[in-house]
Amino acid sequence: MTVMQHIWIVLGVLFVLLNIAAGLIWVERRLLAMWQDRLGPNRAGPLGIFIVLADTLKLFFKEDWIPPFADKWVFILAPAIVVGSVLMSFVIIPFAPGIVVADLNIGLLFFLAMSSLGVYSIVLGGWASNNKYALLGALRGASQMIAYEVFMGLSVMGVVMLSRSFNLIDIVAAQENVWFVVTQPVGFVIFFIAGIAETHRLPFDIPEAESELIAGFHAEYSGMKFGMFFIGEYMGITLISAMTVTMFFGGWLGPAFLPPVLWFFLKTFFFIGLFILLRASLPRPRYDQLIEYGWKILLPLVLVNLLVTGAIALWLKS
Amino acid sequence: MQDANSILGHLQYRFGNDAFQQQPTVDGILTLWVGKDSIVSIIQHLKSSHPFLYDLCGIDERDRARKENMPPADFSVVYHLFSFKQNEFIRLKVALFGEYPTLPSITSIFKNANWYEREVFDMFGIRFDGHPYLKRILMPTTWKGHPLRKEHPARATEMGPFQYWDEKDDIEQEALRFKPEEWGMQQHSDDADFMFLNIGPQHPGTHGVLRIILQLDGEEIVDAVPEIGFHHRGAEKMGERQSWHTYIPYTDRVDYLGGVMNNLAYLLSVEQMAGIKVPDRVKVIRVMLCELFRINSHLVWFGTFAQDLGQLSPVFYMFTQREKIFDIIEAICGDRMHPNWFRIGGVAQDLPNGWEVLVKEFVDHFPKELKQYNNMVLRNSLIKARTKGIGIYTLEEAIEWGVTGPGLRACGFEWDFRKKRPYSGYEMFDFDIPIAQNGDCYDRSVVRVEEMRQSLRIIEQCLKNMPAGSYKADHPLTTPPIKKHTMQDIETLITHFLNVSWGPVIPPGEAMSCIEATKGANSYYLISDGNTMSYRTRIRTPSFPHMQMVPYISKGYTVADLLSILGSVDYVLADIDR
Repeated sequence: MTVMQHIWIVLGVLFVLLNIAAGLIWVERRLLAMWQDRLGPNRAGPLGIFIVLADTLKLFFKEDWIPPFADKWVFILAPAIVVGSVLMSFVIIPFAPGIVVADLNIGLLFFLAMSSLGVYSIVLGGWASNNKYALLGALRGASQMIAYEVFMGLSVMGVVMLSRSFNLIDIVAAQENVWFVVTQPVGFVIFFIAGIAETHRLPFDIPEAESELIAGFHAEYSGMKFGMFFIGEYMGITLISAMTVTMFFGGWLGPAFLPPVLWFFLKTFFFIGLFILLRASLPRPRYDQLIEYGWKILLPLVLVNLLVTGAIALWLKS
Repeated sequence: MQDANSILGHLQYRFGNDAFQQQPTVDGILTLWVGKDSIVSIIQHLKSSHPFLYDLCGIDERDRARKENMPPADFSVVYHLFSFKQNEFIRLKVALFGEYPTLPSITSIFKNANWYEREVFDMFGIRFDGHPYLKRILMPTTWKGHPLRKEHPARATEMGPFQYWDEKDDIEQEALRFKPEEWGMQQHSDDADFMFLNIGPQHPGTHGVLRIILQLDGEEIVDAVPEIGFHHRGAEKMGERQSWHTYIPYTDRVDYLGGVMNNLAYLLSVEQMAGIKVPDRVKVIRVMLCELFRINSHLVWFGTFAQDLGQLSPVFYMFTQREKIFDIIEAICGDRMHPNWFRIGGVAQDLPNGWEVLVKEFVDHFPKELKQYNNMVLRNSLIKARTKGIGIYTLEEAIEWGVTGPGLRACGFEWDFRKKRPYSGYEMFDFDIPIAQNGDCYDRSVVRVEEMRQSLRIIEQCLKNMPAGSYKADHPLTTPPIKKHTMQDIETLITHFLNVSWGPVIPPGEAMSCIEATKGANSYYLISDGNTMSYRTRIRTPSFPHMQMVPYISKGYTVADLLSILGSVDYVLADIDR
């Protein structure tokens, strides 16, 4: 590939991603409204789609206030980290054959590393705000994300064993015959749960817990800095959905009547919808219950899954 | 009266004949004046038979004209004790003299006396010796004067222009600062500093302007201090300047989710004093409306409770359902939340044509919906994990703290004032009292959901058996009176004219009614001095003692649990602050 082609892919991915993240404002609000027996935004433009524009404009023009008691530079840095780390993760996702920003042979590890960085944005944002609610949110966020980091990493190791590669293109290719969701159902479920916890969406939105901590770690943020957390969250959902599709649902693979890239997006949107449905239906567990659930149920489960997968892989080999 | 006499005899035997002076009251509650030196020992003694401090309030007696059958007094403090076993109230009064009198505190006997005594101090300037923390509770600490004293103005126009300059802003801000030392709280334990977290007055989880200050060790609640009074609108003071009739709309807004149920509590007292017996049709209409409002209030609770626990959707379904009930209420009363629809001696208008269709549609439709809601919320395992075993209190603790309503029934005690002390014709209806055993957040919720089903049963019976007859009592004090004969009969014309222009003159006396409101026992203790306005209006609301109990039941739990507890207590800020 030429340099120009690379640049076009990078710009294309960035363009599509940012638009999806913004578009999710509308998608989420319309879907929630549908499930909650109400209308949702339906005034601006066809089906209310221009709410995206209105919301973005609003965020840009709101006063970008930095509280005088905050730690200024860290306060500014925190929202940048979340967007940065999520965007970096997209680098390794193969959208279709040939459409990938960086074909890394340790792609999966890179993804795990980048999503671990996300926790810094919560902790630093909560700490720099110098607000008690933000601090509580940050502490909750830190312990939740560190706990679920572990299971997320372990849950995909079964996939790595089966495909014998950390490269995501190889992983997709290895699902030519059968999707890994069939051979790794436990891995899929745990990865998805960990993914919800990583993106701290309801039911695991414990760091922000609207009815308890108001907005938790980003309580003091306004304007576009808040917008960054907002966009970061939507991109996080997209990322986890895209990763789920790549690792367990055959990535771009699908019957030939649709182009591969469309298959990829369709599957991803299915999982984005699932994220929103979860938000519409489930209550929030308590913070210690979530952590306990992680360490006492998910960790043993994921380890057993790993052992069984390993044993079967060895048995098949011999 | 047999019981009442035997109690009086028993008390006289124990404390001597001279220790008591009996005052006859319209409501038939045994009312005894006792000396301020013996009040503590008498209440201590009575606690074995009357273990429930129902209410405690003050009265400024200085302007009272009709003081027959009562000893002279400048102020008095009134204790309402209740016995579940004998199902009766006893009212003790202490006469006090002087500008700012004192009397001994009973906080060592009843835990819930604490806030009540603070309220009396706040409103009258009466001091209680031995009270652990006698500070203002409803008024701002910077307030001058004690509002329920007769010399305190009731209208802003009597008080001179209100000014708020910068320095005053600083003073008010400083007064709101929480100082843990004042509450006897440690700033740090042996190995860690405590965090003091201010929840409210603006917080999505408090459902109103309530401030709770938490002393936190990590996320664990060491202690909590609710600060109330942000919603205080002087409902009791307003009772002293509104005519008996024009006070009705104010009652609507006390428990603002209870709507006309507040009217009922107030009117039962007024009608007792006026000696009005309402026709059966009025009773049944009132019961039907009250039960519709009970379902409404519980639906709001149900939705917001789920929302507090992070479940976003139920509140929308429940509010949709609530709108359907409001449609019925609007068709009947002409308004939704605060219809102000009951009148002295009746209701404002007869039921509209076709009301049966609306109610029938709802009665047929609602059980299915309710079942869905129940599956969605209470059968959800995450909700169970968040509420089971959280915020537990035992029956003894509930009685000690003055808990009534679903919170009491969740402790396994089958006590419902509609059943045990029927009013407004509840004895004619067939319904059960739902109870639960554990007294935790989950059980309180289960009881409320079951109560909605029972309310529905009552509404169904109202629908099937609505008596014919007048929607107003044929009594001169009925307001506004029946107008039919005004053009033929001078007596009726005069009564009509007076009741509409002045408002009715209620004969002198005292009466208290007690109803099972949406959140617990609600009472209006009214004193008439033979005037067009009440001399003293005391509103006993259920949320007040419930909120007082919150610190006690939330200790040792986490911040997230506090939200479950607050949700399950189901309070309304206006019901706390009045």
